[in-house]
Amino acid sequence: MTTAATTTRRTLIPFGPQHPVLPEPLHLRLVLEDEIVVNALPAVGYIHRGIEKLAELKDFQQNVFLLERICGICSFIHSLAYCQGIEELMQLDVPPRAKYLRVVWSELNRLHSHLLWLGLLADSFGFESLFMQVWKTREKVLDLEEATAGARIMLSTCAIGGVRRDLSDEQIAQVLHGLDAIERDFESFIPAVITDTTVKHRLVGVGVITQQQAHELGAVGPVARASGIARDLRVTGYAAYGELGLNPVIETDGDCYARTLVRVRELHQSLLLIRKALKRLPATPIAVPVKGNPIGEVVSRVEQPRGEVLYYLKANGTKTLERVRVRTPTFANIPALLAMLPGNELADVPVITLAIDPCVSCTER
Amino acid sequence: MFPFVTTILRALRRGPATRRYPYEVRPPMAGSRGHLVNEPDTCIYCGLCVRRCPAGALAVTREPKSWTLDPYRCILCAYCVEVCPKKCLRMEPSHVRAAS
Repeated sequence: MTTAATTTRRTLIPFGPQHPVLPEPLHLRLVLEDEIVVNALPAVGYIHRGIEKLAELKDFQQNVFLLERICGICSFIHSLAYCQGIEELMQLDVPPRAKYLRVVWSELNRLHSHLLWLGLLADSFGFESLFMQVWKTREKVLDLEEATAGARIMLSTCAIGGVRRDLSDEQIAQVLHGLDAIERDFESFIPAVITDTTVKHRLVGVGVITQQQAHELGAVGPVARASGIARDLRVTGYAAYGELGLNPVIETDGDCYARTLVRVRELHQSLLLIRKALKRLPATPIAVPVKGNPIGEVVSRVEQPRGEVLYYLKANGTKTLERVRVRTPTFANIPALLAMLPGNELADVPVITLAIDPCVSCTER
Repeated sequence: MFPFVTTILRALRRGPATRRYPYEVRPPMAGSRGHLVNEPDTCIYCGLCVRRCPAGALAVTREPKSWTLDPYRCILCAYCVEVCPKKCLRMEPSHVRAAS
């Protein structure tokens, strides 16, 4: 019994905060007409931890460890953004070796973040064997992180004025050897991601946003780059990126497949950057002593796996900071997600949502 | 079909990618921050580690001499190890299970 009245009736479907494909609690209220999404309203706030307020109570050195815990995937890059901000306030000159090591750990973070995402994306459309293969390779990255930093996720190696650990020649050889194994794994599963008909069927033409929409909605990271916007903060040359040289990975189709291609190509880019950084590692100290307290205001921006993260820091010359404000990439990409969803089927919502690589822990802090 | 046969043969040759945990435990990596240990004979109970600890996991008193660690609060950052003037704090690579 289908009438004109029933076919145009709108249904409200809650997507999340608990959903099989969501690693973190993001809630979307989907307005549907039949199976087609016509509107989506986001709701966050399920894992707010008050980290920004806590950062005003801890001293500025302790904050390195606190802010690192905003995110379990790009932990090092959070501490890097914070440390670079404080170093600018205190006019510290970070030794070159520390800058290169920061690139190595940042790119290891990016590698395992993109692999985690690729596995979750495969899981979202039911490609379980790809999910397992990708995460098997991710374990190798985590092993390299543990071998070099002493921990799999919370590296705690970034410090104000440099880094807290150095790499021996054996560790460098171990990382290079590990990267070769990881690259061999890429050769085995990346063709399946790029060429498989089923994968393409679920990703091509799904969740499209144009370059203009991405620009107007303030999209960042792979979401913006997949719509043809060449925006990658690493080209600004922070840490040692300026000396290593890189061009942003860009796709122009603006769909889920383009976002996948951008991240897949960034996997290779990260391998290249780590190898270059380890080959050119200068023989200098790894940190400079920190004396006194920071004073002034600064904005520090770095490129996370999900896009640009912005730290605003306000210091008053005491041990504690007056204000710490963090704008994370997922927060910037949520408006773009809301523009991607309308016009797509309900069954594509998990894929589109995962294609922005949402990190809700970052967003809510 | 034939590419898949190759995959099966390769998988049979390599064996499972996983370990039979907890019967097979991977040895901890050198330099891993597994758990914090103090040497009470060397410790001067100065309290520097307590002041630096970002998680408030340590407590020290000079009289009577005591150094206590709350393992559930410790975030294994090793910041205390760096500041210890007597080098009596160290990180052991093995991880302690939550229930042990």
